[in-house]
Amino acid sequence: MDKWEDNRAWFLVLPVFVIVAFSAIIPLMTVVNYSVQDIFGPGQRVFVGTEWFEETLHDTRLHDALWRQLLFSGLVLLIEIPLGIAIALTMPKKGWSVSLSLVTVALPLLIPWNVIGTIWIVFTRPDIGLFGKAINSLGLTFDHTASPLDAWITLMLMEVWHWTPLVVLLAYAGLRAIPDAYYQAASIDGASAWAVFRYIQLPKMRGVLTIAVLLRFMDSFLIYAEPFVLTGGGPGNSTTFLSIYLVKIAVGQFDLGPAAAFSLIYFLIILLFSWLFYQAIQNVGKGEAP
Amino acid sequence: MSSGKGKFEKKRIGLIVYLFLLFLPIYWMLNMSLRTNADILGSFSLYPTDPTFGNYIKIFTDPAWYSGYINSIIYVTLNTIISLVTALPAAYAFSRFHFLGDKHVFFWLLTNRMAPAAVFLLPFFQLYSTFGLIDTHIAVALSHCLFNVPLAVWILEGFMSGIPREIDETAFIDGYTFPRFFITIFIPLIRAGIGVTAFFCFMFSWVELLLARTLTTTEAKPIAATMTRTVSATGLDWGLLAAAGILTIVPGALVIYFVRNHLAKGFALGRV
Repeated sequence: MDKWEDNRAWFLVLPVFVIVAFSAIIPLMTVVNYSVQDIFGPGQRVFVGTEWFEETLHDTRLHDALWRQLLFSGLVLLIEIPLGIAIALTMPKKGWSVSLSLVTVALPLLIPWNVIGTIWIVFTRPDIGLFGKAINSLGLTFDHTASPLDAWITLMLMEVWHWTPLVVLLAYAGLRAIPDAYYQAASIDGASAWAVFRYIQLPKMRGVLTIAVLLRFMDSFLIYAEPFVLTGGGPGNSTTFLSIYLVKIAVGQFDLGPAAAFSLIYFLIILLFSWLFYQAIQNVGKGEAP
Repeated sequence: MSSGKGKFEKKRIGLIVYLFLLFLPIYWMLNMSLRTNADILGSFSLYPTDPTFGNYIKIFTDPAWYSGYINSIIYVTLNTIISLVTALPAAYAFSRFHFLGDKHVFFWLLTNRMAPAAVFLLPFFQLYSTFGLIDTHIAVALSHCLFNVPLAVWILEGFMSGIPREIDETAFIDGYTFPRFFITIFIPLIRAGIGVTAFFCFMFSWVELLLARTLTTTEAKPIAATMTRTVSATGLDWGLLAAAGILTIVPGALVIYFVRNHLAKGFALGRV
């Protein structure tokens, strides 16, 4: 399991490092710079130290948005990861149905995010939308513009519809990369379908599932365009997630200093959780046979 | 044997139900794209009673519309190529070697996906204007590398780590040089990973709006930004927006169609 020790491997990493650092480092430093200043206009700025950070940390509306965000991302992971794995396991392995199911699964991913929200506005409208019409004909009242619960249900439906395909595609590619020899060995041993999943497929999918969990966590934690278009953060503040609140400060009030401090705290929260997820997935089941 | 058959059918039914539900919102968009705006707002209909291609014709004849597609395709293709070409060797390094700071650099790469975009747009604009890159395709392609290159490295590293290192060692003993080994032996082994990576790079670059809109004005303006034009003084033109939405799906659907065989291709060690 030990890797080769060789610092020359840096030459293979260098192009990636340069291309990412070009876009990453200067903007990040600029935002750090904003976060410790009070900016009135071009050339008019005052150093304020950690004032914006203290203000942000004590903002109760931000705390509410943070809890909403954690609930949202938690639900996203709990639904999308198991559902995505289950779908990937049932996908066909050969024949024309591979093309059909792969292309169909990928469709929601390809729609620009602002358009996703717009589609779901129409789709859930009771007068001209299929979903709204169908649910009303069942005798249920459903209105995501008035009821916070309905707004959350609509958002979760949209989110699961939109992003489960990402988990499906990753898990499917991971499953297809398992050498046939493993399955042959399992069938000789007379292993049950569950045993094959638990001891062959799941461990072999560790790599793709790590990236699936991290991607879904990061992107759902940063979600902006879809809820902004669909609910605008309402009704009330019930779907005001962190990024919607951030844009309110950054663009709505044009408070660049506090918004920058907010961004950095936001970034650190995502970093912390991603690191914890990463460590947890890396270490789970480490003691088992490969 | 009969119980196994029954289970097989049940699995398929679950998949078919999922794909059907998945397709419903897309079908609704397709339905709307074939109707006029007045028709959409006027009545509820499960299918277009009086189908018209007017919305599509408008998009294909108005340069303001179709140039958005061309711009998006150019920078997305550029971005996918840059991401794959740079990420392949880097992912190999991370999956095979221990080197100074390897774990830190690996995780640092991913942290570039974690920043909320809103406040970063202004510094991005300043950085790219300094280099005179504003309103060029390469600017958008480069800026999208910020989130696509790390993604590509992470996905590819996962697939490469699944390949036993005995393959590399055997090839080097057989006298293969590194580039020849990498291209003729290693890349075919991870084609499922490359397929899924190419699709994700294409997809994330295709749907990204904030950076693409910030860095462009007219010459390289993306389709997603053009689509906000459907909101006019008279309200939203749902039919036109739906047609544009259907057309935004097409290029990516073609990409996944072309990589499908690589995705579904099993990985067989015996055939090296």
